[in-house]
Amino acid sequence: MLELEDIQHFLISRPPARAARYEFLAFRRPGAGREWLKGILDKVGTAKALASGNPGTRWVTIGFTWNGLRALGVNQATLATFPEEFRQGMAARAEILGTTGANHPENWVGGLASEELHAIAILFARDVAERERCRQEHREYLLQCDGVKVLSSLDMEAIPPYTYAHEHFGYRDRLSQPVIEGMGEEPTPGSGPAIKPGEFFLGYPDENGPPAGLPQPEVLARNGSYVAYLRIEEHVGAFRDFLRQQGDTPEQQEWVAAKLMGRWRSGAPLVLSPNHDDPELGGDMQRTNDFNFGKMDPYGYGCPLGAHIRRMNPRDTAANMQRRKMIRRGGTYGPPLPEDKPDDGIERGIAAFVGCASLVRQFEFAMNVWANDPNFHELGNERDPFVGTQYGSFDMTIPKRPIRKKIVGLPAFTTIRGGAYFFLPGIKALRYLSALS
Amino acid sequence: MATQASASAKETDWTKPAAMAIPKEGYFKLQNGRYGPVYPRSPACYGFTIIAKIKPGREEVIREYGKTIEKTIAGLPEALDVLKLHYLRWVMFDIGKDTYFMYQGIFDTDFDKYTEDAVSLFSKYGLNTVFENLEGFPEDWKTNAPAFVQFVREHQRPSFLEYGEYPYVSADEIKKALKLKAAFSSMLDLMQ
Repeated sequence: MLELEDIQHFLISRPPARAARYEFLAFRRPGAGREWLKGILDKVGTAKALASGNPGTRWVTIGFTWNGLRALGVNQATLATFPEEFRQGMAARAEILGTTGANHPENWVGGLASEELHAIAILFARDVAERERCRQEHREYLLQCDGVKVLSSLDMEAIPPYTYAHEHFGYRDRLSQPVIEGMGEEPTPGSGPAIKPGEFFLGYPDENGPPAGLPQPEVLARNGSYVAYLRIEEHVGAFRDFLRQQGDTPEQQEWVAAKLMGRWRSGAPLVLSPNHDDPELGGDMQRTNDFNFGKMDPYGYGCPLGAHIRRMNPRDTAANMQRRKMIRRGGTYGPPLPEDKPDDGIERGIAAFVGCASLVRQFEFAMNVWANDPNFHELGNERDPFVGTQYGSFDMTIPKRPIRKKIVGLPAFTTIRGGAYFFLPGIKALRYLSALS
Repeated sequence: MATQASASAKETDWTKPAAMAIPKEGYFKLQNGRYGPVYPRSPACYGFTIIAKIKPGREEVIREYGKTIEKTIAGLPEALDVLKLHYLRWVMFDIGKDTYFMYQGIFDTDFDKYTEDAVSLFSKYGLNTVFENLEGFPEDWKTNAPAFVQFVREHQRPSFLEYGEYPYVSADEIKKALKLKAAFSSMLDLMQ
């Protein structure tokens, strides 16, 4: 059973938040980080508290980069027990992740590629008013913490309509999340078995057996997780222009939009509803994941082989799937772009976290192979249309009878504007870190 | 990695046999994969050649294991499907008093990409029986993927030349072509 009182709530359950703020911090004086941590530790939300009857109105999560752990005073011997990819940090892994060209760390914003990025404070709030109150409170607290600097911050807000989660392109989001074994939740039909907790939280059995090779000492590792942060700008104007070029009628354009994703924008999966949208199906959690690819759609006539959902979750068409699952968190930033308006040049997108127990096996695999391997599923010259790095040189094949449709030179609909690897320690581990000398 | 693969996708003229001389490091330009340098796709596809010394007296155990694998594949032909293999060759040979094991694989995926899948398959089908008889193989390989990968990389001997009579063709493409041939034969039969 998971020690919910010792695990930060972040990856366990999603609070009813409509606004958020991420603050990226640098510790510029020895001891500064520890003093900051001591004062904020009691505000960090636990999974247990969130599950209680009164979940509160704001939820705080704290994570550290490897440089941040060093800045907190963690000694060399302990630092060396963390895995190689975490020690290097996301920016150094750009070639592996495929974040090249416009997505390269040298173009990142907010100081995220800097070695000075030490910590993130993630605030989820019930609404914008509560977020603003907390932002002010943290600002005042930081004034007392000499040597802690905010490198950058990002405000997040849900975009209308608020009746369902979606991103700026208009696709319904949060449709598939892994269920953690032992939490008393049943996976929805088609979602596969519940996943062992050690795939997300250090110190628990994973799909391979008992925990092994964890950072030391145990108090620091136990109940911790790694998260990969990505700030992904969505070029909404370019995306809409592209769709307009792909079809004369709104129906034809929607068809292409659905083929890129593997679901209609309502969330209805193409495997189950290949010819027309079905919003009711899209939002019905008992049905919206109840499909596979290998048996139900082997050639991709419904969901193309290179569609986003087929790459990011190949279901029965990839091996070892139980060891590739990740927990996604985050939301949208920037104002929505009205349907009838041209692109206004304002940055908008998704700022997301991917939680796992092994960045190299879970997150980096997904980016390296599923998102960016041009030869995934023998496609030859394609990448994920949304999270793959695109230059206008890759294609998108849409199987169709009698002859497939091939989109040559898919443009980039997104740009990765920043990213980082954080370790989210358990509560006892946060206390251990705050008490270092 | 990406540029390499997309470039090679465009040069897949299977009618034109091709040879590729490979530098000593095993790659032309250093490109990092998740576990280290990525080796290029050659006219003979991706592949590896792992050479390691056998622990003294274990030759028969390994030889015997060949039969086990034969039975496994006979009963479960799709067992190694995920590795996108063309061929595997297992060879033993002596140098002086020592016996060495050579494991050569030719496949369609960059090994770095599917390392964990390979480790999990090795475990599932007991291929560890062979590896555990090699000197220097990490005892904790099941829970220590990086140590396993390090062993493989340390014992990998890159080719200095590879040749393909039908270069860059994947096993899937070959199977598709044979299926098409069979389908055409059936069609012709039906038209008689």
